Amino acid sequence: MPNSERKARSTSRRQFLKAAGAGVGTLAGVPGAAQAFDLAEFFQAHFRELSREELEGVIQRLERKYSEKFGKAVTVDAVGPNDGVLFGYGLDLSRCIGCRRCVYACVEENNQSREPQIHWIRVLEFDRQDVIRGIDFEDGNPFYDHEEVPAEGKVYLPVACQQCENPECVKACPTTATWMEPDGIVVIDYNWCIGCRYCMAACPYGARHFNWTEPEIPADELNPNTHYLGNLPREHGVVEKCSFCIQRTRHGRYPACVEACPVGARKFGNLLDPDSEIRYLMDHKRTFVLKAELDAKPKFFYFYG
Amino acid sequence: MKNIMAFASFFLKEIVRGGRTYYAWLVCLGLLIAIGVAGYLEQSVHGHIVSNMRDPVPWGLFIGTYAFLVGVAAAAMALAVPGYVYNWKPIKDIVVLGEIIAISAVIMAILFIMADLGRPERFWHLLPFLGKPNIPYSMIAMNVMVLNGYLVLNVVLVFYFLYCSYADRPYNRAFFMALMLFSIPAAISIHTTTAFIFNVLPARPYWNSAILVPRFIATALCAGPALMILAFQVLRKAANINIRDEALVKIAEITAIVLFVNLLLFFAEVVTEFRSATAHTVHMQFYFTGIGDDVGLAGWAWFGATCNVLAFLLLLIPRTRKYPVTMNLGCVLVFIGVFIEKGIGLVLPGFTPGSLGEIYEYFPSRVEAMIAIGIAGVGVLVFTLLSKAAIRLTFSEPLEEDGHLQVEGSPKGAYRPDPVRP
Repeated sequence: MPNSERKARSTSRRQFLKAAGAGVGTLAGVPGAAQAFDLAEFFQAHFRELSREELEGVIQRLERKYSEKFGKAVTVDAVGPNDGVLFGYGLDLSRCIGCRRCVYACVEENNQSREPQIHWIRVLEFDRQDVIRGIDFEDGNPFYDHEEVPAEGKVYLPVACQQCENPECVKACPTTATWMEPDGIVVIDYNWCIGCRYCMAACPYGARHFNWTEPEIPADELNPNTHYLGNLPREHGVVEKCSFCIQRTRHGRYPACVEACPVGARKFGNLLDPDSEIRYLMDHKRTFVLKAELDAKPKFFYFYG
Repeated sequence: MKNIMAFASFFLKEIVRGGRTYYAWLVCLGLLIAIGVAGYLEQSVHGHIVSNMRDPVPWGLFIGTYAFLVGVAAAAMALAVPGYVYNWKPIKDIVVLGEIIAISAVIMAILFIMADLGRPERFWHLLPFLGKPNIPYSMIAMNVMVLNGYLVLNVVLVFYFLYCSYADRPYNRAFFMALMLFSIPAAISIHTTTAFIFNVLPARPYWNSAILVPRFIATALCAGPALMILAFQVLRKAANINIRDEALVKIAEITAIVLFVNLLLFFAEVVTEFRSATAHTVHMQFYFTGIGDDVGLAGWAWFGATCNVLAFLLLLIPRTRKYPVTMNLGCVLVFIGVFIEKGIGLVLPGFTPGSLGEIYEYFPSRVEAMIAIGIAGVGVLVFTLLSKAAIRLTFSEPLEEDGHLQVEGSPKGAYRPDPVRP
């Protein structure tokens, strides 16, 4: 690390960085060029500034790196957004039973660290009486541990990234390592994030999580179908969060949590399509968003009643 | 050019030359730095998991101390204003030492940021042209800009001034004064953007208050000068130089006035929070009383506030302000009080309870403490080396034997009466 740091200091032109990144991308094919792999990663430009060829090189390098690391074929997808799509999420609170199946389906799908554990979805348990006057998060308990759920007199509120239209995290990020895609998904370039954790301070929903150490995922549990901006395996020192399962949803599939929910509390779809299920529910259910007063404009809607 | 080389070699010779005490001091600082390096290596191997920061409290000792040190750096303006705007000789003599403190503080602040980054090798992503800084939206990106600018400005100022002293020629007045005067708004800007890092976040009601900006400036202008008063006395003893008592007392007076403003702003914040008693008050409640059975930070909160109030009284009352023991006690208390207010009192209650209501009680880990000690060592080392050369070049007039300027009619050891204004 200090070695590469020194190299950064002595370099002074973006052009050179780009050229080096692209150049070493081809070098990566040379066997025994282990050192070059790191260099390519170090000099890699911001995701949105990669040319088509550079992106090709990056994807090949990452596929090789993770296939080697986990001993199985890992694919890295970088497919872009579809036209006319703005993703939105719905969660029916009257159906949620607090079973946390979504939490673990998410971990398996999105390659979160198993040790220490990182969960992108957090399910809060409230006393039914407490939520009568509105949701005060200090009343919520994420560490409930009953034999059976739902527990008597309790209600459950799962929270993950709210995919805001006015995302505080994006404004906060000092390096533009996080941004909103045209289909509304707020994504992170894990290879550009410097790990300052300002986005975590800025996020009103506790949706962002930091890799405090090198994440551990057993090779047989790794999901090998990854997207660069989604479930690509992370490394220590970077922030991660829900990406609406970008690796699935951009190919027309549901997010893993939607599929895992045993009571059908979770809904997902295209907000721009008036015939979508999510639009139907928004038109026919009572709907609210969390912390509406902050005007972050979440695209994660809660239904009740 | 030849002159500059000669200056550089003089400078280098001066910082390696010294008595046994000087070398012993350098060895001590070297040990502190070694502790920091050991801590940093441990953190590099295992990641930030060796700290006690976690997702609910993602910032701790490093960012708190960083905010504090930016304040100390900004405090150089507390000398630049009386020295160069009001042209008051006793302070004008020591402005360069204030600038050296500012340089040391900025270097420490930057090191704290580097220690806090999860991927420090990617820091170039923050830089214009090389990286992709999110300007003007991200206040960290803005702060990095102005902080580095301020560092360069002070380095230029100090070295230009010292070079002129070395070459024994008058400085270019227009150039020097332009930089010196510019350093005043620059000092305000570094601390304003530091406050903006916190107070622009709607997600954190404890910080989301415009009053945080003037509070930051106020804390800066009391902790910084307090540190200067203490450091200058150490220099005066160690290097036997002429720093006039009236300059120190004047700085103490400035500290007292600003400390009053700081206490007032803080009081206003406390009254607003507790009188309105909304859901947002929970953070200040956590700070002052703890929540439920958790006493949490309450001990620190009350200790810090007591330090500030006591210091205010000691520096306000002329008798205690002018008496060395009580003045120094006041300075130490301000320093501790502001460090608690800005380090523990600013960062931690902002994150506790967290945005989803979780209460995680943070206290720095062993490794965090080691790294902080190391960075402090670097800062003191920078200050030692720079001030040693600066003193050699700019102060020639030695003091009386007992280390104090003797003023007719004043009791021995007591500070001189109110200085005459220019």
